[in-house]
Amino acid sequence: MKKLSKQIVFYCVLIGIWALVAKAHIWPPYLFPPPWGVAESLWAGFQDHSFWIGIAVTMKRMLIGYSLSVVLGMILGLAVGSYKFLEDTLGGLLVSLQSLPSICWIPLAVLWFGLTEKAILFVVLMGSLLSVTIAMEDGRKQMPKIYGMAGRNLGAKGFRLFWSVLLPASLPFIVSGLKQGFAFGWRSLIQAEMIFLSLGLGQLLMMGRDLNDMNQVLAVMILIIILGFIIDGLVFRTMERKLQERWGLVPA
Amino acid sequence: MSTNPQNAYPIPPDHRGIIGRANVLRGKPVSSVAVLPMRPESTQVVPKVALDGISLSYKTNSKGRLIALENISLQVQPGEFLCIVGPSGCGKSTLLHLIAGLHQQSSGQVLVDGKAVSGPGTDRILIFQELGLFPWLTVGQNVEFGMKMKNISKAEREEKIQYYLRLVHLSKFRDSYTHQLSGGMRQRVALARALATEPDVLLMDEPFAALDAQTRDLLHDELERIWAETGRTIIFVTHNVREAVRLADRVALMTFRPGRVKQEFAIHLPRPRHIEETDVARTAREILDCLRDEINKSLEVEYADEKAK
Ligand SMILES: Nc1ncnc2c1ncn2[C@@H]1O[C@H](COP(=O)(O)OP(=O)(O)O)[C@@H](O)[C@H]1O
Ligand SMILES: [Mg+2]
Repeated sequence: MKKLSKQIVFYCVLIGIWALVAKAHIWPPYLFPPPWGVAESLWAGFQDHSFWIGIAVTMKRMLIGYSLSVVLGMILGLAVGSYKFLEDTLGGLLVSLQSLPSICWIPLAVLWFGLTEKAILFVVLMGSLLSVTIAMEDGRKQMPKIYGMAGRNLGAKGFRLFWSVLLPASLPFIVSGLKQGFAFGWRSLIQAEMIFLSLGLGQLLMMGRDLNDMNQVLAVMILIIILGFIIDGLVFRTMERKLQERWGLVPA
Repeated sequence: MSTNPQNAYPIPPDHRGIIGRANVLRGKPVSSVAVLPMRPESTQVVPKVALDGISLSYKTNSKGRLIALENISLQVQPGEFLCIVGPSGCGKSTLLHLIAGLHQQSSGQVLVDGKAVSGPGTDRILIFQELGLFPWLTVGQNVEFGMKMKNISKAEREEKIQYYLRLVHLSKFRDSYTHQLSGGMRQRVALARALATEPDVLLMDEPFAALDAQTRDLLHDELERIWAETGRTIIFVTHNVREAVRLADRVALMTFRPGRVKQEFAIHLPRPRHIEETDVARTAREILDCLRDEINKSLEVEYADEKAK
Protein backbone atom coordinates (compact mmCIF):
# COMPACT_ATOMS: atom_id res chain seq x y z
CA MET A 1 0.00 0.00 0.00
CA LYS A 2 2.83 2.33 0.95
CA LYS A 3 4.56 1.50 -2.30
CA LEU A 4 1.45 2.29 -4.32
CA SER A 5 0.97 5.72 -2.73
CA LYS A 6 4.65 6.51 -3.35
CA GLN A 7 4.16 5.61 -6.99
CA ILE A 8 1.02 7.74 -7.32
CA VAL A 9 2.79 10.77 -5.84
CA PHE A 10 5.78 10.18 -8.11
CA TYR A 11 3.71 10.10 -11.30
CA CYS A 12 1.65 13.15 -10.24
CA VAL A 13 4.84 15.12 -9.67
CA LEU A 14 6.24 13.92 -13.00
CA ILE A 15 3.12 15.02 -14.90
CA GLY A 16 3.12 18.28 -12.94
CA ILE A 17 6.67 19.11 -14.03
CA TRP A 18 5.80 18.13 -17.58
CA ALA A 19 2.78 20.48 -17.48
CA LEU A 20 4.86 23.33 -16.06
CA VAL A 21 7.55 22.99 -18.72
CA ALA A 22 4.90 22.86 -21.43
CA LYS A 23 3.17 25.93 -19.94
CA ALA A 24 6.45 27.85 -20.02
CA HIS A 25 6.39 27.63 -23.84
CA ILE A 26 10.11 27.09 -24.08
CA TRP A 27 9.43 24.91 -27.11
CA PRO A 28 6.38 25.11 -29.40
CA PRO A 29 3.65 22.50 -28.67
CA TYR A 30 4.35 20.57 -31.91
CA LEU A 31 7.84 19.85 -30.58
CA PHE A 32 6.97 19.45 -26.91
CA PRO A 33 3.33 18.37 -26.53
CA PRO A 34 1.64 19.23 -23.20
CA PRO A 35 0.04 16.51 -21.06
CA TRP A 36 -3.48 17.75 -21.83
CA GLY A 37 -2.77 17.52 -25.56
CA VAL A 38 -1.65 13.91 -25.14
CA ALA A 39 -4.69 13.18 -22.97
CA GLU A 40 -6.96 14.66 -25.63
CA SER A 41 -5.28 12.55 -28.28
CA LEU A 42 -5.72 9.42 -26.15
CA TRP A 43 -9.39 10.23 -25.63
CA ALA A 44 -9.95 10.86 -29.34
CA GLY A 45 -8.10 7.70 -30.30
CA PHE A 46 -10.27 5.55 -28.06
CA GLN A 47 -13.41 7.46 -29.17
CA ASP A 48 -12.93 6.71 -32.86
CA HIS A 49 -11.86 3.15 -32.00
CA SER A 50 -8.54 3.47 -33.81
CA PHE A 51 -6.61 2.81 -30.57
CA TRP A 52 -8.82 -0.13 -29.65
CA ILE A 53 -8.25 -1.67 -33.06
CA GLY A 54 -4.52 -0.95 -32.85
CA ILE A 55 -4.27 -2.61 -29.44
CA ALA A 56 -6.31 -5.60 -30.57
CA VAL A 57 -4.21 -6.15 -33.69
CA THR A 58 -0.92 -5.75 -31.85
CA MET A 59 -1.97 -8.02 -29.00
CA LYS A 60 -3.16 -10.68 -31.41
CA ARG A 61 0.19 -10.65 -33.24
CA MET A 62 2.04 -10.77 -29.95
CA LEU A 63 -0.04 -13.68 -28.72
CA ILE A 64 0.49 -15.73 -31.87
CA GLY A 65 4.16 -14.87 -32.34
CA TYR A 66 5.07 -15.38 -28.71
CA SER A 67 3.13 -18.64 -28.36
CA LEU A 68 4.92 -19.94 -31.44
CA SER A 69 8.29 -19.00 -30.05
CA VAL A 70 7.52 -20.57 -26.66
CA VAL A 71 6.52 -23.87 -28.22
CA LEU A 72 9.40 -23.91 -30.70
CA GLY A 73 11.88 -22.58 -28.14
CA MET A 74 10.98 -25.27 -25.64
CA ILE A 75 11.37 -28.06 -28.17
CA LEU A 76 14.65 -26.62 -29.46
CA GLY A 77 15.97 -25.87 -25.98
CA LEU A 78 15.06 -29.31 -24.72
CA ALA A 79 16.75 -30.94 -27.71
CA VAL A 80 19.90 -28.83 -27.35
CA GLY A 81 19.95 -29.41 -23.60
CA SER A 82 19.54 -33.16 -23.99
CA TYR A 83 22.02 -34.03 -26.71
CA LYS A 84 25.69 -33.20 -26.41
CA PHE A 85 26.12 -33.07 -30.19
CA LEU A 86 23.41 -30.44 -30.63
CA GLU A 87 24.78 -28.46 -27.71
CA ASP A 88 28.25 -28.28 -29.26
CA THR A 89 26.95 -27.28 -32.68
CA LEU A 90 23.53 -25.63 -32.65
CA GLY A 91 24.02 -24.34 -29.10
CA GLY A 92 26.96 -22.16 -30.09
CA LEU A 93 25.11 -20.80 -33.13
CA LEU A 94 22.11 -19.85 -31.00
CA VAL A 95 24.25 -17.88 -28.57
CA SER A 96 26.00 -15.98 -31.37
CA LEU A 97 22.67 -15.25 -33.06
CA GLN A 98 21.52 -13.56 -29.89
CA SER A 99 23.68 -10.53 -30.65
CA LEU A 100 21.65 -9.91 -33.81
CA PRO A 101 18.78 -7.41 -33.35
CA SER A 102 15.70 -9.14 -34.68
CA ILE A 103 14.91 -6.12 -36.87
CA CYS A 104 17.78 -7.29 -39.07
CA TRP A 105 15.56 -10.15 -40.17
CA ILE A 106 13.08 -7.76 -41.86
CA PRO A 107 14.67 -7.76 -45.32
CA LEU A 108 14.68 -11.56 -45.38
CA ALA A 109 11.19 -11.75 -43.91
CA VAL A 110 9.86 -9.45 -46.63
CA LEU A 111 11.63 -11.45 -49.30
CA TRP A 112 10.22 -14.75 -48.04
CA PHE A 113 6.73 -13.73 -46.99
CA GLY A 114 6.10 -10.36 -48.68
CA LEU A 115 4.48 -7.52 -46.75
CA THR A 116 2.22 -9.91 -44.93
CA GLU A 117 1.15 -10.87 -41.44
CA LYS A 118 3.51 -13.84 -41.66
CA ALA A 119 6.51 -11.58 -42.10
CA ILE A 120 5.63 -9.65 -38.94
CA LEU A 121 5.13 -12.87 -36.99
CA PHE A 122 8.48 -14.11 -38.25
CA VAL A 123 10.22 -11.05 -36.87
CA VAL A 124 8.48 -11.46 -33.49
CA LEU A 125 9.45 -15.11 -33.48
CA MET A 126 13.09 -14.35 -34.18
CA GLY A 127 12.98 -11.70 -31.44
CA SER A 128 11.91 -14.01 -28.66
CA LEU A 129 12.82 -17.50 -29.83
CA LEU A 130 16.47 -17.39 -28.82
CA SER A 131 15.83 -16.21 -25.28
CA VAL A 132 13.26 -18.95 -24.75
CA THR A 133 15.49 -21.60 -26.30
CA ILE A 134 18.56 -20.70 -24.29
CA ALA A 135 16.51 -20.46 -21.10
CA MET A 136 14.97 -23.87 -21.72
CA GLU A 137 18.35 -25.39 -22.45
CA ASP A 138 19.74 -24.02 -19.17
CA GLY A 139 16.62 -25.06 -17.31
CA ARG A 140 16.91 -28.57 -18.61
CA LYS A 141 20.47 -28.77 -17.33
CA GLN A 142 19.86 -27.11 -13.99
CA MET A 143 16.75 -29.12 -13.21
CA PRO A 144 17.57 -31.86 -10.67
CA LYS A 145 17.57 -35.27 -12.36
CA ILE A 146 15.55 -36.81 -9.57
CA TYR A 147 12.26 -35.38 -10.92
CA GLY A 148 12.57 -37.12 -14.26
CA MET A 149 13.49 -40.38 -12.54
CA ALA A 150 10.63 -40.08 -10.07
CA GLY A 151 8.24 -39.41 -12.95
CA ARG A 152 9.40 -42.47 -14.87
CA ASN A 153 9.26 -44.50 -11.70
CA LEU A 154 5.61 -43.57 -11.27
CA GLY A 155 4.77 -44.60 -14.81
CA ALA A 156 5.13 -41.37 -16.81
CA LYS A 157 6.71 -41.60 -20.23
CA GLY A 158 6.91 -39.81 -23.57
CA PHE A 159 4.84 -36.67 -23.90
CA ARG A 160 3.23 -37.08 -20.49
CA LEU A 161 6.64 -37.22 -18.86
CA PHE A 162 7.55 -33.97 -20.60
CA TRP A 163 4.25 -32.24 -19.91
CA SER A 164 3.60 -33.35 -16.34
CA VAL A 165 7.14 -33.57 -15.02
CA LEU A 166 10.00 -32.10 -17.08
CA LEU A 167 8.16 -28.90 -18.00
CA PRO A 168 6.86 -27.98 -14.52
CA ALA A 169 10.15 -29.07 -12.96
CA SER A 170 12.13 -26.71 -15.18
CA LEU A 171 9.71 -23.78 -14.93
CA PRO A 172 11.51 -21.99 -12.07
CA PHE A 173 14.68 -22.10 -14.14
CA ILE A 174 13.09 -20.80 -17.33
CA VAL A 175 10.62 -18.20 -16.13
CA SER A 176 13.14 -15.35 -16.39
CA GLY A 177 14.01 -16.49 -19.91
CA LEU A 178 10.32 -16.56 -20.84
CA LYS A 179 10.01 -13.03 -19.52
CA GLN A 180 13.05 -11.81 -21.40
CA GLY A 181 11.75 -13.49 -24.54
CA PHE A 182 8.49 -11.64 -24.16
CA ALA A 183 10.23 -8.29 -23.76
CA PHE A 184 12.38 -8.89 -26.87
CA GLY A 185 9.39 -10.09 -28.86
CA TRP A 186 7.32 -7.08 -27.84
CA ARG A 187 10.03 -4.66 -29.04
CA SER A 188 10.50 -6.54 -32.28
CA LEU A 189 6.78 -6.40 -32.94
CA ILE A 190 6.49 -2.63 -32.50
CA GLN A 191 9.55 -2.09 -34.68
CA ALA A 192 8.17 -4.36 -37.36
CA GLU A 193 4.80 -2.58 -37.28
CA MET A 194 6.53 0.79 -37.68
CA ILE A 195 8.20 -0.46 -40.82
CA PHE A 196 5.41 -2.61 -42.29
CA LEU A 197 2.71 0.02 -41.63
CA SER A 198 -0.09 -2.50 -41.54
CA LEU A 199 -2.33 -1.67 -38.59
CA GLY A 200 -1.23 -2.06 -34.98
CA LEU A 201 0.27 0.36 -32.49
CA GLY A 202 3.51 0.74 -34.45
CA GLN A 203 1.59 2.00 -37.44
CA LEU A 204 -0.46 4.43 -35.30
CA LEU A 205 2.80 5.82 -33.99
CA MET A 206 4.18 6.35 -37.51
CA MET A 207 0.86 7.87 -38.55
CA GLY A 208 1.28 10.46 -35.77
CA ARG A 209 4.73 11.22 -37.11
CA ASP A 210 3.50 11.60 -40.71
CA LEU A 211 0.72 13.96 -39.58
CA ASN A 212 3.27 15.80 -37.45
CA ASP A 213 0.96 15.07 -34.51
CA MET A 214 3.33 14.67 -31.55
CA ASN A 215 0.34 14.32 -29.23
CA GLN A 216 -0.58 11.08 -30.94
CA VAL A 217 3.03 9.87 -31.02
CA LEU A 218 3.34 10.33 -27.27
CA ALA A 219 -0.12 8.87 -26.67
CA VAL A 220 0.83 5.68 -28.52
CA MET A 221 4.19 5.51 -26.75
CA ILE A 222 2.37 5.67 -23.42
CA LEU A 223 0.01 2.91 -24.58
CA ILE A 224 2.95 0.68 -25.52
CA ILE A 225 4.57 1.21 -22.13
CA ILE A 226 1.33 0.57 -20.24
CA LEU A 227 0.50 -2.58 -22.18
CA GLY A 228 3.97 -4.02 -21.64
CA PHE A 229 3.77 -3.17 -17.97
CA ILE A 230 0.34 -4.75 -17.55
CA ILE A 231 1.37 -7.99 -19.22
CA ASP A 232 4.55 -8.16 -17.18
CA GLY A 233 2.62 -7.51 -13.98
CA LEU A 234 -0.34 -9.74 -14.71
CA VAL A 235 1.26 -12.71 -16.41
CA PHE A 236 4.87 -12.96 -15.35
CA ARG A 237 4.72 -11.54 -11.83
CA THR A 238 1.78 -13.83 -11.06
CA MET A 239 3.69 -16.76 -12.44
CA GLU A 240 6.76 -15.91 -10.34
CA ARG A 241 4.64 -15.47 -7.22
CA LYS A 242 2.88 -18.79 -7.77
CA LEU A 243 6.21 -20.55 -8.27
CA GLN A 244 7.55 -19.08 -5.06
CA GLU A 245 4.47 -20.19 -3.16
CA ARG A 246 4.79 -23.70 -4.44
CA TRP A 247 8.51 -24.27 -4.44
CA GLY A 248 9.10 -22.21 -1.35
CA LEU A 249 12.00 -20.31 -2.88
CA VAL A 250 11.31 -17.41 -0.53
CA PRO A 251 10.23 -17.70 3.10
CA ALA A 252 6.59 -16.68 3.35
CA MET B 1 18.72 -72.83 -12.09
CA SER B 2 17.34 -74.51 -9.03
CA THR B 3 17.81 -72.85 -5.71
CA ASN B 4 16.90 -74.19 -2.37
CA PRO B 5 15.97 -71.20 -0.23
CA GLN B 6 17.25 -73.00 2.84
CA ASN B 7 20.71 -73.21 1.44
CA ALA B 8 20.61 -69.72 0.02
CA TYR B 9 21.40 -68.14 3.35
CA PRO B 10 24.71 -69.38 4.67
CA ILE B 11 24.77 -68.75 8.37
CA PRO B 12 27.92 -69.01 10.40
CA PRO B 13 27.58 -71.84 12.92
CA ASP B 14 28.06 -69.65 15.97
CA HIS B 15 25.08 -67.50 15.03
CA ARG B 16 22.51 -70.20 14.86
CA GLY B 17 21.14 -69.55 18.32
CA ILE B 18 19.41 -66.32 17.49
CA ILE B 19 19.36 -66.17 13.74
CA GLY B 20 17.50 -69.19 12.52
CA ARG B 21 17.25 -70.56 9.05
CA ALA B 22 15.07 -68.74 6.58
CA ASN B 23 12.35 -71.33 6.38
CA VAL B 24 9.68 -69.09 7.83
CA LEU B 25 7.89 -66.56 5.71
CA ARG B 26 5.82 -64.18 7.78
CA GLY B 27 4.89 -67.01 10.10
CA LYS B 28 4.01 -69.47 7.35
CA PRO B 29 6.41 -72.37 6.95
CA VAL B 30 7.69 -72.97 3.45
CA SER B 31 8.11 -76.53 2.25
CA SER B 32 11.52 -77.70 3.37
CA VAL B 33 12.29 -79.08 -0.06
CA ALA B 34 11.42 -75.93 -1.96
CA VAL B 35 12.87 -76.46 -5.41
CA LEU B 36 12.06 -73.76 -7.96
CA PRO B 37 9.10 -74.95 -10.03
CA MET B 38 9.34 -75.58 -13.74
CA ARG B 39 5.93 -74.04 -14.20
CA PRO B 40 4.87 -71.04 -12.14
CA GLU B 41 1.30 -72.22 -11.52
CA SER B 42 2.38 -75.17 -9.44
CA THR B 43 1.99 -75.05 -5.68
CA GLN B 44 5.51 -73.76 -5.13
CA VAL B 45 6.12 -70.09 -4.47
CA VAL B 46 7.59 -68.16 -7.37
CA PRO B 47 9.85 -65.41 -6.02
CA LYS B 48 8.26 -61.99 -6.35
CA VAL B 49 11.61 -60.53 -7.35
CA ALA B 50 14.63 -62.54 -8.36
CA LEU B 51 18.01 -61.14 -9.25
CA ASP B 52 19.99 -63.58 -11.28
CA GLY B 53 23.72 -62.94 -11.54
CA ILE B 54 23.41 -59.16 -11.76
CA SER B 55 26.49 -57.07 -12.49
CA LEU B 56 26.66 -53.37 -13.18
CA SER B 57 29.58 -51.05 -13.77
CA TYR B 58 29.74 -47.28 -14.12
CA LYS B 59 31.99 -45.47 -16.53
CA THR B 60 34.38 -43.26 -14.63
CA ASN B 61 35.91 -40.06 -16.04
CA SER B 62 39.20 -41.76 -16.72
CA LYS B 63 38.94 -44.68 -19.11
CA GLY B 64 38.34 -47.08 -16.20
CA ARG B 65 35.09 -48.62 -15.05
CA LEU B 66 33.83 -48.86 -11.53
CA ILE B 67 32.22 -52.18 -10.75
CA ALA B 68 29.32 -51.15 -8.56
CA LEU B 69 27.55 -54.52 -8.42
CA GLU B 70 29.10 -57.90 -9.07
CA ASN B 71 27.23 -61.13 -9.62
CA ILE B 72 24.35 -60.50 -7.29
CA SER B 73 21.75 -63.21 -6.93
CA LEU B 74 18.89 -62.62 -4.58
CA GLN B 75 15.33 -63.81 -4.21
CA VAL B 76 12.47 -62.08 -2.49
CA GLN B 77 9.29 -63.99 -1.71
CA PRO B 78 5.83 -62.46 -2.11
CA GLY B 79 4.91 -60.45 0.98
CA GLU B 80 8.42 -60.64 2.38
CA PHE B 81 10.16 -57.76 4.09
CA LEU B 82 13.78 -57.85 2.99
CA CYS B 83 16.37 -55.41 4.29
CA ILE B 84 19.61 -54.85 2.44
CA VAL B 85 22.39 -53.58 4.68
CA GLY B 86 25.82 -52.41 3.67
CA PRO B 87 28.36 -49.65 4.13
CA SER B 88 27.74 -46.40 2.34
CA GLY B 89 28.86 -46.50 -1.30
CA CYS B 90 28.54 -50.28 -1.64
CA GLY B 91 25.88 -50.00 -4.35
CA LYS B 92 22.61 -50.23 -2.43
CA SER B 93 20.96 -47.34 -4.28
CA THR B 94 22.28 -48.66 -7.57
CA LEU B 95 20.68 -52.04 -6.83
CA LEU B 96 17.28 -50.52 -6.05
CA HIS B 97 17.40 -48.27 -9.13
CA LEU B 98 18.15 -51.35 -11.14
CA ILE B 99 15.18 -53.30 -9.76
CA ALA B 100 13.03 -50.21 -10.41
CA GLY B 101 14.20 -50.28 -14.03
CA LEU B 102 15.93 -46.89 -13.90
CA HIS B 103 19.38 -48.41 -14.53
CA GLN B 104 20.40 -51.16 -16.91
CA GLN B 105 22.53 -54.01 -15.65
CA SER B 106 25.67 -54.95 -17.56
CA SER B 107 24.82 -58.63 -17.21
CA GLY B 108 22.29 -60.85 -15.48
CA GLN B 109 18.54 -60.65 -15.21
CA VAL B 110 15.89 -59.06 -13.05
CA LEU B 111 12.84 -61.29 -12.80
CA VAL B 112 9.50 -60.20 -11.42
CA ASP B 113 7.03 -63.04 -10.95
CA GLY B 114 9.44 -65.13 -12.96
CA LYS B 115 9.43 -62.79 -15.97
CA ALA B 116 12.44 -60.76 -17.02
CA VAL B 117 11.89 -57.01 -16.86
CA SER B 118 13.73 -54.04 -18.26
CA GLY B 119 12.60 -50.50 -17.74
CA PRO B 120 10.29 -49.00 -15.14
CA GLY B 121 6.94 -50.51 -14.29
CA THR B 122 4.24 -49.54 -11.82
CA ASP B 123 4.44 -52.98 -10.25
CA ARG B 124 7.70 -51.81 -8.62
CA ILE B 125 7.72 -48.39 -7.04
CA LEU B 126 10.87 -46.87 -5.60
CA ILE B 127 10.95 -44.36 -2.78
CA PHE B 128 14.14 -42.46 -3.54
CA GLN B 129 16.75 -41.61 -0.97
CA GLU B 130 16.12 -37.96 -1.91
CA LEU B 131 12.35 -38.62 -2.09
CA GLY B 132 11.84 -36.72 -5.36
CA LEU B 133 8.48 -35.32 -4.36
CA PHE B 134 7.12 -32.85 -6.91
CA PRO B 135 7.26 -29.36 -5.43
CA TRP B 136 4.82 -27.94 -7.99
CA LEU B 137 2.08 -30.26 -6.80
CA THR B 138 0.20 -30.34 -3.51
CA VAL B 139 0.46 -33.32 -1.20
CA GLY B 140 -2.81 -34.68 -2.59
CA GLN B 141 -1.69 -34.19 -6.19
CA ASN B 142 1.61 -35.90 -5.46
CA VAL B 143 -0.27 -38.91 -4.17
CA GLU B 144 -2.55 -38.77 -7.20
CA PHE B 145 0.27 -38.59 -9.76
CA GLY B 146 1.03 -42.27 -10.22
CA MET B 147 -2.66 -43.13 -10.41
CA LYS B 148 -3.15 -40.50 -13.12
CA MET B 149 -0.35 -42.08 -15.12
CA LYS B 150 -2.12 -45.41 -14.73
CA ASN B 151 -5.32 -43.81 -16.11
CA ILE B 152 -7.34 -44.64 -13.03
CA SER B 153 -10.74 -42.96 -13.01
CA LYS B 154 -11.25 -39.67 -11.18
CA ALA B 155 -13.64 -41.13 -8.62
CA GLU B 156 -11.34 -44.00 -7.75
CA ARG B 157 -8.35 -41.66 -7.52
CA GLU B 158 -10.24 -39.44 -5.12
CA GLU B 159 -11.13 -42.40 -2.93
CA LYS B 160 -7.56 -43.64 -2.83
CA ILE B 161 -6.04 -40.23 -2.14
CA GLN B 162 -8.23 -40.04 0.94
CA TYR B 163 -7.48 -43.60 1.95
CA TYR B 164 -3.71 -43.37 1.66
CA LEU B 165 -3.44 -39.92 3.20
CA ARG B 166 -5.38 -41.26 6.17
CA LEU B 167 -3.06 -44.26 6.29
CA VAL B 168 -0.03 -42.00 6.75
CA HIS B 169 -1.91 -39.52 8.95
CA LEU B 170 -1.67 -36.60 6.55
CA SER B 171 -5.31 -35.95 5.65
CA LYS B 172 -5.12 -32.43 7.01
CA PHE B 173 -2.19 -31.57 4.77
CA ARG B 174 -3.73 -32.58 1.49
CA ASP B 175 -3.57 -29.06 0.04
CA SER B 176 -0.15 -28.11 1.40
CA TYR B 177 2.92 -27.92 -0.77
CA THR B 178 5.75 -30.23 0.16
CA HIS B 179 8.16 -27.48 1.21
CA GLN B 180 5.73 -26.58 3.97
CA LEU B 181 6.11 -29.99 5.62
CA SER B 182 8.64 -31.39 8.06
CA GLY B 183 11.10 -34.11 7.06
CA GLY B 184 9.07 -36.89 8.62
CA MET B 185 5.89 -35.68 6.95
CA ARG B 186 7.59 -35.50 3.56
CA GLN B 187 8.78 -39.03 4.08
CA ARG B 188 5.18 -40.09 4.68
CA VAL B 189 4.00 -38.27 1.56
CA ALA B 190 6.54 -40.24 -0.43
CA LEU B 191 5.26 -43.43 1.17
CA ALA B 192 1.64 -42.55 0.38
CA ARG B 193 2.55 -41.59 -3.20
CA ALA B 194 4.25 -44.94 -3.69
CA LEU B 195 1.50 -46.97 -2.01
CA ALA B 196 -1.27 -45.23 -3.95
CA THR B 197 -0.12 -46.76 -7.22
CA GLU B 198 -0.57 -50.10 -5.42
CA PRO B 199 2.69 -51.70 -6.51
CA ASP B 200 3.38 -55.34 -5.73
CA VAL B 201 6.88 -54.41 -4.68
CA LEU B 202 7.86 -51.39 -2.67
CA LEU B 203 11.51 -50.36 -2.90
CA MET B 204 12.72 -48.04 -0.16
CA ASP B 205 16.14 -46.39 -0.26
CA GLU B 206 17.39 -45.37 3.21
CA PRO B 207 14.07 -43.66 3.76
CA PHE B 208 14.57 -42.82 7.43
CA ALA B 209 18.29 -42.04 7.46
CA ALA B 210 17.85 -38.30 7.76
CA LEU B 211 15.24 -38.35 10.51
CA ASP B 212 15.56 -37.90 14.26
CA ALA B 213 15.28 -41.06 16.36
CA GLN B 214 11.73 -40.45 17.64
CA THR B 215 10.27 -39.75 14.21
CA ARG B 216 12.11 -42.74 12.82
CA ASP B 217 10.72 -45.06 15.52
CA LEU B 218 7.21 -43.83 14.80
CA LEU B 219 7.64 -44.39 11.07
CA HIS B 220 9.00 -47.89 11.73
CA ASP B 221 5.77 -48.71 13.56
CA GLU B 222 3.67 -47.18 10.79
CA LEU B 223 5.57 -48.95 8.06
CA GLU B 224 5.22 -52.29 9.83
CA ARG B 225 1.49 -51.70 10.27
CA ILE B 226 1.03 -50.67 6.61
CA TRP B 227 3.05 -53.67 5.47
CA ALA B 228 0.84 -55.96 7.55
CA GLU B 229 -2.33 -54.26 6.26
CA THR B 230 -1.44 -54.18 2.58
CA GLY B 231 0.66 -57.33 2.26
CA ARG B 232 3.17 -55.71 -0.08
CA THR B 233 6.61 -57.09 -0.76
CA ILE B 234 9.15 -54.62 0.59
CA ILE B 235 12.83 -54.28 -0.24
CA PHE B 236 14.27 -51.81 2.21
CA VAL B 237 17.79 -50.45 2.02
CA THR B 238 19.64 -49.08 5.02
CA HIS B 239 23.13 -48.76 6.41
CA ASN B 240 21.75 -49.18 9.93
CA VAL B 241 21.88 -52.83 10.99
CA ARG B 242 19.56 -52.30 13.93
CA GLU B 243 16.94 -50.71 11.74
CA ALA B 244 17.20 -53.70 9.44
CA VAL B 245 16.70 -56.18 12.29
CA ARG B 246 13.81 -54.10 13.63
CA LEU B 247 11.95 -54.34 10.33
CA ALA B 248 13.02 -57.33 8.29
CA ASP B 249 12.02 -60.95 7.80
CA ARG B 250 15.41 -61.36 6.27
CA VAL B 251 18.55 -59.25 6.12
CA ALA B 252 20.96 -59.37 3.20
CA LEU B 253 24.45 -58.09 3.84
CA MET B 254 26.27 -56.28 1.05
CA THR B 255 29.97 -55.59 0.81
CA PHE B 256 31.93 -52.68 -0.51
CA ARG B 257 33.46 -52.54 -4.01
CA PRO B 258 32.55 -54.65 -5.71
CA GLY B 259 29.06 -54.75 -4.28
CA ARG B 260 28.15 -58.33 -3.52
CA VAL B 261 25.66 -60.06 -1.31
CA LYS B 262 27.89 -61.76 1.24
CA GLN B 263 25.39 -63.27 3.58
CA GLU B 264 21.73 -63.48 4.42
CA PHE B 265 20.11 -63.78 7.81
CA ALA B 266 16.55 -64.75 8.65
CA ILE B 267 15.15 -62.78 11.56
CA HIS B 268 12.69 -64.74 13.64
CA LEU B 269 12.05 -62.26 16.40
CA PRO B 270 8.33 -61.85 17.16
CA ARG B 271 6.53 -58.75 15.89
CA PRO B 272 5.84 -56.01 16.71
CA ARG B 273 9.44 -55.27 17.56
CA HIS B 274 11.09 -52.19 18.90
CA ILE B 275 14.50 -50.91 17.92
CA GLU B 276 15.58 -50.62 21.57
CA GLU B 277 14.64 -54.23 22.43
CA THR B 278 17.55 -56.31 23.72
CA ASP B 279 16.80 -59.11 21.25
CA VAL B 280 16.96 -56.65 18.36
CA ALA B 281 20.16 -55.13 19.70
CA ARG B 282 21.76 -58.55 20.22
CA THR B 283 20.83 -59.83 16.80
CA ALA B 284 22.09 -56.61 15.23
CA ARG B 285 25.37 -57.05 17.07
CA GLU B 286 25.88 -60.50 15.67
CA ILE B 287 25.22 -59.32 12.13
CA LEU B 288 27.46 -56.35 12.73
CA ASP B 289 30.28 -58.65 13.89
CA CYS B 290 29.84 -60.58 10.71
CA LEU B 291 29.87 -57.37 8.67
CA ARG B 292 33.02 -56.29 10.46
CA ASP B 293 34.62 -59.66 9.73
CA GLU B 294 33.84 -59.17 6.07
CA ILE B 295 35.22 -55.66 6.01
CA ASN B 296 38.39 -56.77 7.77
CA LYS B 297 38.76 -59.70 5.41
CA SER B 298 38.40 -57.49 2.34
CA LEU B 299 40.80 -54.97 3.82
CA GLU B 300 43.37 -57.72 4.34
CA VAL B 301 42.95 -58.80 0.77
CA GLU B 302 43.40 -55.24 -0.42
CA TYR B 303 46.56 -54.77 1.63
CA ALA B 304 47.93 -58.02 0.30
CA ASP B 305 47.25 -56.80 -3.22
CA GLU B 306 49.04 -53.55 -2.51
CA LYS B 307 52.14 -55.39 -1.25
CA ALA B 308 52.16 -57.72 -4.22
CA LYS B 309 52.39 -54.77 -6.63
N1 LIG C 1 26.11 -42.20 -11.90
C1 LIG C 1 27.24 -42.73 -11.38
N2 LIG C 1 28.39 -42.69 -12.08
C2 LIG C 1 29.53 -43.23 -11.58
N3 LIG C 1 29.61 -43.82 -10.39
C3 LIG C 1 28.50 -43.90 -9.64
C4 LIG C 1 27.27 -43.35 -10.08
N4 LIG C 1 26.34 -43.56 -9.12
C5 LIG C 1 26.97 -44.21 -8.13
N5 LIG C 1 28.27 -44.41 -8.42
C6 LIG C 1 29.25 -45.13 -7.58
O1 LIG C 1 28.76 -46.45 -7.39
C7 LIG C 1 28.95 -46.84 -6.06
C8 LIG C 1 27.65 -47.26 -5.43
O2 LIG C 1 26.84 -46.12 -5.26
P1 LIG C 1 25.43 -46.18 -4.55
O3 LIG C 1 24.61 -47.22 -5.22
O4 LIG C 1 24.86 -44.81 -4.51
O5 LIG C 1 25.83 -46.66 -3.08
P2 LIG C 1 24.98 -46.62 -1.73
O6 LIG C 1 23.58 -46.29 -2.06
O7 LIG C 1 25.16 -47.98 -1.16
O8 LIG C 1 25.62 -45.58 -0.85
C9 LIG C 1 29.64 -45.69 -5.33
O9 LIG C 1 30.99 -45.99 -5.22
C10 LIG C 1 29.39 -44.50 -6.21
O10 LIG C 1 30.50 -43.65 -6.14
MG1 LIG D 1 22.40 -44.73 -1.47
